[in-house]
Amino acid sequence: MTGVTATATAAAGTDASYLAVFDAAVAADDRIEPRDWMPEAYRSSLVRQMAQHAHSEIIGMQPEANWITRAPSLRRKAILMAKVQDEAGHGLYLYSAAETLGTGRDELLDKLHSGRQKYSSIFNYPTLTWADVGAIGWLVDGAAITNQVPLCRCSYGPYARAMVRICKEESFHQRQGYELLLTLSKGTPEQHAMAQDAVNRWWWPSLMMFGPPDDESAHSAQSMTWKIKRHSNDELRQRFVDIAVGQAEGLGLTLPDPELRWNEDRGHHDFGEIDWTEFWEVLKGNGPCNEQRITQRRRAHEEGAWVRDAAAAYATKQQTQRAHETQQETTVAAAQHPNGEATA
Amino acid sequence: MTAIVLTDAALALGDDALVLSHRLGEWAGHAPVLEEEVALANIALDLLGQARVLLSQVGDEDELAYLREERAFRNLQLVEQPNGDFAHTIARQLYFSTYQHLLYGELAAGEGEFTALAAKAVKEVEYHRDHAEQWTLRLGDGTEESHRRMQRACEALWRFTGEMFQPAPGLDLDWADLETRWTASVTSVLGRATLTVPEGPRTGAWAAGAGRQGLHTESFGRMLAEMQHLHRSHPGASW
Repeated sequence: MTGVTATATAAAGTDASYLAVFDAAVAADDRIEPRDWMPEAYRSSLVRQMAQHAHSEIIGMQPEANWITRAPSLRRKAILMAKVQDEAGHGLYLYSAAETLGTGRDELLDKLHSGRQKYSSIFNYPTLTWADVGAIGWLVDGAAITNQVPLCRCSYGPYARAMVRICKEESFHQRQGYELLLTLSKGTPEQHAMAQDAVNRWWWPSLMMFGPPDDESAHSAQSMTWKIKRHSNDELRQRFVDIAVGQAEGLGLTLPDPELRWNEDRGHHDFGEIDWTEFWEVLKGNGPCNEQRITQRRRAHEEGAWVRDAAAAYATKQQTQRAHETQQETTVAAAQHPNGEATA
Repeated sequence: MTAIVLTDAALALGDDALVLSHRLGEWAGHAPVLEEEVALANIALDLLGQARVLLSQVGDEDELAYLREERAFRNLQLVEQPNGDFAHTIARQLYFSTYQHLLYGELAAGEGEFTALAAKAVKEVEYHRDHAEQWTLRLGDGTEESHRRMQRACEALWRFTGEMFQPAPGLDLDWADLETRWTASVTSVLGRATLTVPEGPRTGAWAAGAGRQGLHTESFGRMLAEMQHLHRSHPGASW
């Protein structure tokens, strides 16, 4: 909906009329924009989701950055550096988009550091070999894209627009990850084994990225009504499995699930039960790297405090100086009498 | 210029870019603000790109990067210095990118093998220099603590700056003039940043041109061990 129409219509009305305008806009697949009225719960739900998304980009830099200094060729090193740089950029877009809802980046980072806001559970798994960089690109970015492409049509405009840009770059990363794994798979026996081992370790955590099963997903129903979300967790997970099976064949690698098979009747792949105990444990902070990831993030922030303070102090000084110079110019100009005679 | 000399020059400049790029890559996930995650990675990528072009002129870029030992690297000792705190990283950037900017400016204006590369690189390096200058001003003229840290960083790295002006084999430049212009530029930035130009010697007997002869500082070997380990563990593999 256009901000003007909504505001004008709602201005004369009651809460109920605001809500009616909002509901109608969502129903018509119009975009909600920052100045539009929106239910408080819609606002807070979006802040939670966008913040978590932004935090995931930032924490997600760590498992991959872990391999920048050991990348085995200069080409791969350049690709990996560019990818980690993109992730920082995605974090910036998403924090900006979240800020349109009246929150601040500092506040959001504070909530991340104190554990009051979460990030994707996938980044609590360690990158143990070079092949993990490829598995993250193929599976983790693949799952992220499956989740995020529908967000390009999310009802909240700034989020939807951020996702359009982000999805383009993510697809590129995913292809690079796939190509990395393919090279390993077709390489020496040791490289092939490294690729298979990485896929074995990342497959199930990637399926967990779609969140709990539909009947246990706390926010799903409301998010779908508001068109923040377009498909259920289980639907997206199924879509991802169906795509990944063919891609694994292309790679010459297997997926670590003995129950994985095509189901003619459903027109989908059946797959084994996810270890939900592990999922909830990782979510609670008991995954392999939860402690390490948040500690590094906090340390970077704390050790950078003096740099941020310096930048702020410098900016203030510059501002004061500019104000002073402007004042001097004004004084000099005022000192000039209109007829050209300087006043004493 | 003979082929051998060209090779030496490409190696020297390529190793500078390769090694500094690696050091900047170590910042990923550790920067003080998100914008600096982007900026430092961006500079690292530019440098890696330059390194790849230069090393490819000499031979296979990966063989050169991953299979040479410490004594065969020709980079300046300045660029191999550990990151230290953000001020150290910025001081190293200021010293090196000012140098690289002047050097590539000369090469871009001249004729020869490096003209095309230098013409592209000089634009990138101008951004690097500007980034380092802006941060030198913010840190130098920021808070008391940032001023102290920036001053200390400038002093700690000062003794590695003389090496930049030891004539690099194959590069026919007026090195004394380069040094004069470098000093003027750095002095001006430090002055505006309320910092004092360090008084210590610009180079010791040990550091004079040492990196260009394959004589490095101790942390460099460890850096290479990390950089080369995986590649060396799989001889002959493609990645």
